[in-house]
Amino acid sequence: MKTFPWITIRPKHARFSLRIDRRLPKVGLIVGLLVLAIMIINMGVGEYKISPLDVVKTLLGMETGDPQHVLIVRTLRLPRMLLSALVGLALGTSGALLQGLTRNPLADPSIMGINTGAGLVAVVLTILVRNFPARWIPVAAFAGALVAAGLMYVLAWRKGGDSPMRLILIGVGLSAVGSAVTTLVITIGNIYDVQRAMIWLTGSVYGRSWVDFWAFAPWVAIAVPLAWFQARQLNSLHLGEDVALGLGVNVGRQRAWILFVAVALAGASVAVAGVISFVGLIAPHVARRLVGTDHTGLVPTAGMLGALLLVASDWIGRTIAAPNEIPCGLVTAVIGVPFFLTMLYHHAKTK
Amino acid sequence: MLATDTLTLGYDGPNILDQLSITLPAGQITALIGPNGCGKSTLLRGLARLIKPKHGAVVLDGHDVQRIPTRQLATQLGILPQNPVAPEGLTVRELVAQGRYPHQRWFQQWSAADETAVRSALEITNMVELADRAVDALSGGQRQRAWIAMTLAQETDIILLDEPTTFLDLAHQVEVLQLLEQLNRQSSRTIVMVVHDLNHATRHADHVIALRAGVVQAAGAPRDVITPSLLRAVFGIEAEVIPDPRTGVPLCIPYGLCAAEPTDTLLHADAVGSRA
Repeated sequence: MKTFPWITIRPKHARFSLRIDRRLPKVGLIVGLLVLAIMIINMGVGEYKISPLDVVKTLLGMETGDPQHVLIVRTLRLPRMLLSALVGLALGTSGALLQGLTRNPLADPSIMGINTGAGLVAVVLTILVRNFPARWIPVAAFAGALVAAGLMYVLAWRKGGDSPMRLILIGVGLSAVGSAVTTLVITIGNIYDVQRAMIWLTGSVYGRSWVDFWAFAPWVAIAVPLAWFQARQLNSLHLGEDVALGLGVNVGRQRAWILFVAVALAGASVAVAGVISFVGLIAPHVARRLVGTDHTGLVPTAGMLGALLLVASDWIGRTIAAPNEIPCGLVTAVIGVPFFLTMLYHHAKTK
Repeated sequence: MLATDTLTLGYDGPNILDQLSITLPAGQITALIGPNGCGKSTLLRGLARLIKPKHGAVVLDGHDVQRIPTRQLATQLGILPQNPVAPEGLTVRELVAQGRYPHQRWFQQWSAADETAVRSALEITNMVELADRAVDALSGGQRQRAWIAMTLAQETDIILLDEPTTFLDLAHQVEVLQLLEQLNRQSSRTIVMVVHDLNHATRHADHVIALRAGVVQAAGAPRDVITPSLLRAVFGIEAEVIPDPRTGVPLCIPYGLCAAEPTDTLLHADAVGSRA
């Protein structure tokens, strides 16, 4: 008889037991090393080229013979790399939560209206409000994401219950309205403001510093472990509302709580890095292929893959058209669209 | 013991069940029967606290189930809803393991008791061989057994099942019903099930509750309850009831519909309870 697909940590004589997906350590290690490797390579590319070895040396505080390295690696490039990894982690985790919650593999943070809400607020403030301080844009965008998600929740979930279709239809509707208003504002704005708004809308980690990193890191440090803790509840919810209720899950409360964690992660991401699409869609999907449907393995894996995807996209964006830089949000979209279409095609075929 | 006290249930619109007071005998198999829309599924969902009562209560061992913490209740009462759908790729073993949810905490994720319960649920339902197969790749009967195994792993004294044999072929119907009977006989679990086939109810249940338009028409042992006049009143059919040649339980042979009157009310009942 084959055994259970997880590793059990269960000390004798203790009322304690832990369950870890059997595939998670291996997948986690490999993806983690890949993220690290790409970050190191990426820190060496750019206008001032540094060899990976010198990057590692500089990070470890060793001498490389070039006094510039410390400034470039540790002050300029490291916070950006770390931030892109964290944003990817947040988006991948958020996507895994939302796909589990809606029982829909095509769901991602954008269906909760998060991108639309944040984008709309940011564009309106940048273009219509004279001299709106740029450093308050992330805060306002975060608020916009929360309001949009709250609206979605009230319209689609509170009454609609266990109906992913209703959620998606309302999401598409709200997004259309939001995009229409955004476009309207862009067409009437002056060209300089529009350009600033567009850069934000594409999503990028360009020029992010330690200040941005430390503003974002606490969200991830709190919300990502919370997401992991919700994995077992998510497994039950994934069996349908009735079964979950029968298993003793407080469905309404759990659903609202998981939704809140997912929205907080995606909202904070959009605030710090702008609208980065498709990471929340692709990462959980690939994670499902690697570790299966159990959310205790799926949620952490999706987060790691999200980090990998964004770090890699940033690297591609920085090198492919050098010396020009393509925003990583654009790279994820270029990777994401064909991926999404393939998924849609397979989804339609299996249905 | 599970009972209802002046239980009133309904969705938006008119009530489906009004002031219903029934008792479900402990340690027995109870079958809820009645025409479509009579409220039998609604009653089962109400018993399992999937619907909040508009009035009255479901009472478990003297306590209102709405006041029992839902997770604690889940260790006493399990429900298998109609046509549950397993996520793509989920294996039987993973599904059955989920039945342990109410017994787990964040610091107690997989105890030795969890493991034993899952293994024995797989053995009882004869699913050991299929344990590593994906649920969505199984046949209808195997899938139903997998879900029953999940409900068993929950280790509750009471198990509620909503039409456990629907969409199954004859052999699988018999298989599921025999499994339920075995569970009841061997570990004296209380089983309450909604069934469509009257002869399944008479063969496998100790207690039958016949509903029509949300009202109990009769309740008791199959021999006492299943009579031609009851079938006329509940289903609006003319039927012969004869003793089963092997077991002696009542066997129904429907011959046709009654005259106009009950059919009309039947349609009415359908319209009222179409969401049930």
